[in-house]
Amino acid sequence: MSGHGSGGTNTGGSAVFRIWRGERGKGDFADYKTEFSGGMVVLDVIHKIQASQAGDLAVRWNCKAGKCGSCSAEINGMPKLMCMTRMNQIDVTKPVTVEPMQAFPHVRDLVTDVSWNYEVKKRIKKYKPEKPGADGQWRMQQDDVDRVQEFRKCIECYLCQDVCHVLRDHHHHDKFIGPRFLVYSAALEMHPLDTADRVPDLHAEQGVGFCNITKCCTKVCPESITITDNAIIPLKERVVDRYYDPVRKLFRVFTGG
Amino acid sequence: MPSIDVPLTRRGFGQTVRPDSWWVVPLLTFLGLGSFVVYVTWAAHSGTHYHFGNYLSPFYSPELWGTSKHAWFGPPPLWWPSIIPFSPALLILWAPGGFRFTCYYYRGAYYKAFWADPPSCSVGEPRKSYCGESAFPLILQNIHRYFCLVALFFLPILGYDVWKAMWFDNGAGVEQFGIGLGTIILAANTALLACYVLGCHSFRHAIGGGVDKLSANATRKKCYDGVSCLNRSHMRYAWASLVSVALSDVYIRLCSMGIWSDWRIL
Repeated sequence: MSGHGSGGTNTGGSAVFRIWRGERGKGDFADYKTEFSGGMVVLDVIHKIQASQAGDLAVRWNCKAGKCGSCSAEINGMPKLMCMTRMNQIDVTKPVTVEPMQAFPHVRDLVTDVSWNYEVKKRIKKYKPEKPGADGQWRMQQDDVDRVQEFRKCIECYLCQDVCHVLRDHHHHDKFIGPRFLVYSAALEMHPLDTADRVPDLHAEQGVGFCNITKCCTKVCPESITITDNAIIPLKERVVDRYYDPVRKLFRVFTGG
Repeated sequence: MPSIDVPLTRRGFGQTVRPDSWWVVPLLTFLGLGSFVVYVTWAAHSGTHYHFGNYLSPFYSPELWGTSKHAWFGPPPLWWPSIIPFSPALLILWAPGGFRFTCYYYRGAYYKAFWADPPSCSVGEPRKSYCGESAFPLILQNIHRYFCLVALFFLPILGYDVWKAMWFDNGAGVEQFGIGLGTIILAANTALLACYVLGCHSFRHAIGGGVDKLSANATRKKCYDGVSCLNRSHMRYAWASLVSVALSDVYIRLCSMGIWSDWRIL
């Protein structure tokens, strides 16, 4: 029985999954024909194939609820969480391709080594709150926190890093921290109590200028964080304030700011 | 930043396993922006049929010097080089043009549609080297905030054009209140342009985005929220105002050429 329906209307049937198999970047696609039901997600199908046809298929997963960010992969060429991609959203009349993320070193099958991201995070200046009030407490207004609250939804799935062409196609891992860490920096930099200055780092070694606003990161974010408009562009504007705005520079000369 | 050894498996231009029609949006962007640029270049250089009675094309507003009754400072200036045909639009179009060219939304759109950088998300690119907006020439895009400032000055001028478009000559040299289809087109165009300019990312930053404790000033917070609201639809207003400004010029041009008669509602 072939998969019936297409583009979000299929309720079950069979599908061909074209899965990348191999180690350390070397390998090829292998086809697996399998049955599925409409309520399944791609990760369910991968597990079914693992259980019935390819016991050695490597896949990283944990919560199956879109909160741990472990099962990131590329489904039909777009970075997605396997556990949040429902089978009834996929056209099964054609083979469904599942690949590992392209922006990080390949380990095996669908697993990549994302540890570069942990190293980048260590180099971003930590939260440094201002002095607390006389009672030893920090107080901030909800209105001020609301803006950075959006950024705290990030589950660190690194799909935004994967789709960003600066990392994915140009491999500027040594010059650009990627959308995830621009969101992280924005969450700290815009925090109402934070006093650390991250603008020089963003301008120089963290390379915010490499972003050319493709908004692909925003498109793939499973938490629907408005990465480009609310995090990256505001950071770019802060960098412009400091380094590229002659009027502000002049103002700082006279005010000593 | 830490470097890692990601095996460079560079894909060819347009190479992807995406099965969807990813090329449709960049193609439509290319056709839409390309058509607009061609039309506005022709319309700006024509120097004719840009006004009709009390209507003035937004491509020519403000008309600093010119032959129409809308001109602020009278006939074309003597210092204008004779080898370049005079057109009032050439004196002012650099401002809205520069604003759109450096707009954050349009940048992302035309980098994809015209430079294929990238053609679309997770689709292979034609070039190997890349420095984005971190080096010359694209580092000059950081001038956007100044174009935004200039664009803000255009809004009251366009608003005044709408006001003038409500006063028609009754044939005896007396101006009478009225509304024509042209009035409505110019008003809609000004409203869309206002929504586009006031939703600008740089304006959002200037109005409060650069401040961490927004709640300290209630008025600033309200302004920031209002600009943020417009900013969420910045792409829609960018396109809607692009179409409306071109349609306004086409309408006035057709009326001026006698091909179309303005429809008076009041």
